[in-house]
Order: sequence, then C-alpha cells, then structure tokens
Amino acid sequence: MIDISSAFTGGKKAFVGFITAGDPSLDDTERYLNIMQNSGVDIIEVGIPFSDPVAEGEVIQRADARALAAGAYLDDIFAMVGGIEKKVPFLFMTYANPVCFYGYASFFARCKEAGVSGVIIPDIPYEESGEVKEVAADYGVTVIDMVAPTSEERIKKVCAGSLGFIYLVSSMGVTGVRDKFDADISSVYRKIRAVTDTPVCVGFGISTPESAARMAAQCDGAIIGSAIVKIIEKYGSQADEPLRKFLTSVASAVHSAR
Amino acid sequence: MNIQKKGRFGAFGGQYVPETLMSALEELESAYAKYSADEQFRGELKYLLDEYAGRPSRLYYAANLTRLVGGCKIYLKREDLNHTGAHKINNALGQALLAKKMGKTRLIAETGAGQHGVATATAAALLGMECEIYMGEEDTKRQALNVYRMKLLGAKVHAVTSGTATLKDAVNECMREWTNRISDTHYCLGSVMGPHPFPTIVRDFQAVISQEARVQILQKEGRLPSAVVACVGGGSNAIGAFCHFIGDKGVRLIGCEAAGRGVDTLQTAATVSVGRPGIFHGMYSLFCQDDHGQIAPVYSISAGLDYPGVGPEHAYLHDIGRAEYVPVTDDEAVEAFGLLSRTEGIIPAIESAHAVAYALKVAKEYSADENIIVCLSGRGDKDVAAIARYKGEEIYD
Repeated sequence: MIDISSAFTGGKKAFVGFITAGDPSLDDTERYLNIMQNSGVDIIEVGIPFSDPVAEGEVIQRADARALAAGAYLDDIFAMVGGIEKKVPFLFMTYANPVCFYGYASFFARCKEAGVSGVIIPDIPYEESGEVKEVAADYGVTVIDMVAPTSEERIKKVCAGSLGFIYLVSSMGVTGVRDKFDADISSVYRKIRAVTDTPVCVGFGISTPESAARMAAQCDGAIIGSAIVKIIEKYGSQADEPLRKFLTSVASAVHSAR
Repeated sequence: MNIQKKGRFGAFGGQYVPETLMSALEELESAYAKYSADEQFRGELKYLLDEYAGRPSRLYYAANLTRLVGGCKIYLKREDLNHTGAHKINNALGQALLAKKMGKTRLIAETGAGQHGVATATAAALLGMECEIYMGEEDTKRQALNVYRMKLLGAKVHAVTSGTATLKDAVNECMREWTNRISDTHYCLGSVMGPHPFPTIVRDFQAVISQEARVQILQKEGRLPSAVVACVGGGSNAIGAFCHFIGDKGVRLIGCEAAGRGVDTLQTAATVSVGRPGIFHGMYSLFCQDDHGQIAPVYSISAGLDYPGVGPEHAYLHDIGRAEYVPVTDDEAVEAFGLLSRTEGIIPAIESAHAVAYALKVAKEYSADENIIVCLSGRGDKDVAAIARYKGEEIYD
C-alpha cells in the first residue's frame, strides 16, 4: 500500500476526494476512482455505505441509500478497490458498525490485501479508538484522527499520536456544502502544530476550487466529498466528464494554494 | 453502580460519537457529577417530581386481574398516573433541570410514541426553555394526537423522513442537529441508550420507579416481589423498575420486548432475541442488523418500542443472566390492552400492554401469597385510535 505521507511530499498541498462505493454501481465507482487518481486527487476516500450515517448530510445520506439499494456490500467493495492499480493512497471512510460486524482483524486484513492505506471512522472518537488502532496497526493500516471546532483542550490528546493526516472538521454539523465555516482554521492549525508535525487537511462544506484553495492555504490540504457526490447524483453513470472537469479545477486550485 | 470502567456496563456502552460531540459529552458528564451530588439540585428535582409530576406513583393491587389469572397477586406500578401520562416525565424533568443549571436554553429530543417528546416539551414549557422534537414521519401519523400536544406546549415538531422514518431515524436527526448546535442546546435523550453518560443519567432519573416500588411492596406485602415485569424498547422504564431490585437476587427481572408479528419474521423489534452485538447511536450494545452490519428495519405496533437497539445496561444484565428478556407479539399486547381495560378500568399504553401480556403468564407460576410488580409505564389514551384501526374499525384521532 502507498504511504499516506507521500501525498504531502515537499510541502505539497493535498487534494483529498471522497465518493461513495456503489453509487450508482460498483462498476461506475471503479471507473470514477480511476478518474479521481488521474485528475489530480492526491488521497482518495472510498465511502463504505451505511444504513444510518449520522455524520453525513443529505447528499451523502442519499448516496449511501442508493449504494445499499444497489447491493454494495463489503466483500464486493474490497474486491473492486483491490483490483485498482493505485497511484495515490486510498482510504476507507465508514462507520463503526460495518467494521465491528465484519470483525476488526478480518476488516483490516482485507484493507491490507486491497492496498488500502487507512480508514476514517467518524463515530469512533479518540476515547474509543484504542482497540481499533491496535488491530489496524497490526496490518499496517492507519486510523485517521479527527479534530472538530469544539475540540479545544482535546486537541493535545487527540493529535499526540496521529498518523497519516489529521482530519480537521471545518464546521459544526454534518457533511455537506456550506457557505460559512465555524472553525478559525489557522488558529486550530497552530494548536495542532504545537502537538504534532502530522499534516492537517480540512473538510466539511468545501465545494468550490476557490474555497478549497482558501482552506488548503491555511493548512496542508482540502477534503471534498458532498460536492463530488452531487455530480454523481446528477449524472449517474455518465459522470465521467463532469467529474474530470471539476476534479481538475479543484486540484489545480489546491496545488497552487499559498 | 454496575459501571466497571468509564461508561461501560461489562463490555457494553462507551462513547461512539463524532469528535464534534465529545466536548458536549464531557461537559454533561462533569455537570451531572456536580449536580447529582448537590443537595439543592436534588431538592429542586424532588419538588418538581412530587408537586408537579405527582410522585410518588401508586403501587396498585390489581385485584380483578389477579382473580382472573388465578396465580400470585399482581401489582401495577402506576407510572401512567404521572403528569403527561408516562414515566418519561421523570427523566425529562431531571435532564431539563440539569440543562438549565448548565446554562442551556434549548432542548432537542427524539420521540417514538410521542411520550418523551410530550414530556420534554412539558419540561421546557415549565422551565422556560426552547424545545424542538424530532419524530419519524410514520410515527407522527400513528401518534397524531401527541404531535398536536407537543405543539400546544410550544415545541416545534420535525417530521423525520430519512431512513425508515421511525424512532431510530429520529435519533439520527437529533444527533445531527446536536452536532450542529451544541453551545446553547442540550440533547434530552429519552431512553437508557446513546453514548455515556446518557445511559447512566437516564437510569438514575428513572430509578425513582423501583426506589418507590420496593418500599411500597414491603409496606403492603411485607415481602419482595417474585418478579418485576416491564416493557423494553430502549429500556428506560424497565431499568427504572429493575434498578433497586438488582441487588435482590430472589427477584426475577423480566423485560418484555416488542416481537411485532413474531421473532421468526422480519417484522419484529425484539432486539435481545434477534439482535447481535454492534456499535450504533453512540453505544456498543445489541442491535437488529442484517448480514452486512447494516441496521435492520424493525416493526412493532408500538411506536415506543419500535427501536432496533437496546440500552447497554440491559445488554449487560442479559449477558450476566441477571435479567430475562422475552418477546411479546402485537396480538398478545393488543389482547392484554383490552383485558386490562375491561377488568381493571385501566387503559394501558400499548407499550406497557406488552408487559401486562407477559405478566399474565408469569403470575400463574406463583402462589397466592406471592406477588409480582408490573411497570405500567404509560396510559393508553394515545393508542385508542390505533388499536381501533388494528381491529379493523376506521376511527381517527
């Protein structure tokens, strides 16, 4: 698997992109993942759909529902992702229950086999992450830590052992396109920097090349999910060109962010 | 009392929520530690429970029902007589008062049958707080009267259309809304579920049920009950009814889950019977889920028991064999609903009717000098129209 830190080599700003596996079908997802890594996305998050994604806004909730209705389940997702020749680090983003149900050891063994470098599980906060991190480490898989606008005093303990990158949640609430961001990114970034050198990428609500560049300028990268998923929602199996166009413009904005 | 490590009941419990909410849970935990030991807070809450909600609730000897069944004496712990008609007010007043002490000005809550929503809206009205209730769209239809009650009390009611549009989806929306707005808002969770410290806080506020019942039964019978029977959705009235009897090894604790159309069908909500361990809604516990770890749709005639999980302390009590959990079908509950109405002149909530139904079987196992306590968690006015429809009569509230 590819080391997550390679996305930040030489101080490069990273564009992290998310799509939901199986939306609208696993075949489409496979093609879209290749488009992502060929259009300047530096780290790819593959969403494993869950019936009750409590950290997601409506766009990704609907994507999860479409994917589950189409029967996108773990074994098939592992097989599809495993079949992709990877040029950038791949991560899984999902919820605690599908992982717990599959069994931590089996899940991370399959991640390793599929060449997936890390996981993001938003409903496993620092306090509950010990067990999952231990098992993941046995298979060389990184568990990404999250910092929120409300973390404040918690930043020290949450970030002390962070690996890969730190996912800085820009705003209160759930994922989804928004105009305003709650967190003072530069100030939170400095607090994290006082604890660790691990890169920090900011996500939640970023939807345009401009906002991505503005966010990336204040830390080490920008994460976009809902805005990409919206394109897939609109174009279904015919999203190749619109995706390529959007991803390329965001990548160029992020990569030139100062 | 059963917490072995922070927020755990045996292996169950924990705090599985997004990072955004963790500071709010920490704030709640420390505020609860402070105020639950504070004499003034306890005094204020006791005043509200006694003078406003009507506690202590009666422990009523159901003589007619006892005669009809022909086993031991059946006592009903009359939580249905509380203000707002259910046990939910015990917890809502406790949390609302706590939230107010914490400087919060707004309460949000999920509700299934609407009883917790009504109780929260009531507490908010009393204490001068803003209130927004999330209720599955399906449930707003099944319990239209309660929706209007909440509006009368000044609450805003959101009909949740995501997922299965029932209680679990209302909890999802509530958690999403809480991550959106923490600083002035307390999530007044309605059952002994969710992330730590909620299962402990809600248990403590509902423990008044068994605290009273234990004293009352000793006064009336001079002996402890052979069994305590209560319905279980998330499990708040059951934990409340069990709590002070857990140390009495001779007292059977029986939780009655909603089996819907039967535990051999997919239309059931009997989590302990058909569920498997998992992590959802902030806790490691038992959940109804499919073969892929997706939370399964559940069904029960009762909107209050129609939940795919169970509180972590129940999972623990089941695990160590201290409490038994049994499935009760729609048909059995509806029959008990009618039976209690006719024999005692008490119309129980359809949730509580699940406990009554199983108590009829349990009572037969004991002799006339023994007794059992059934937690009559709520009154059934809200269910009358739904029961009529179930029996094929077209009346609407």
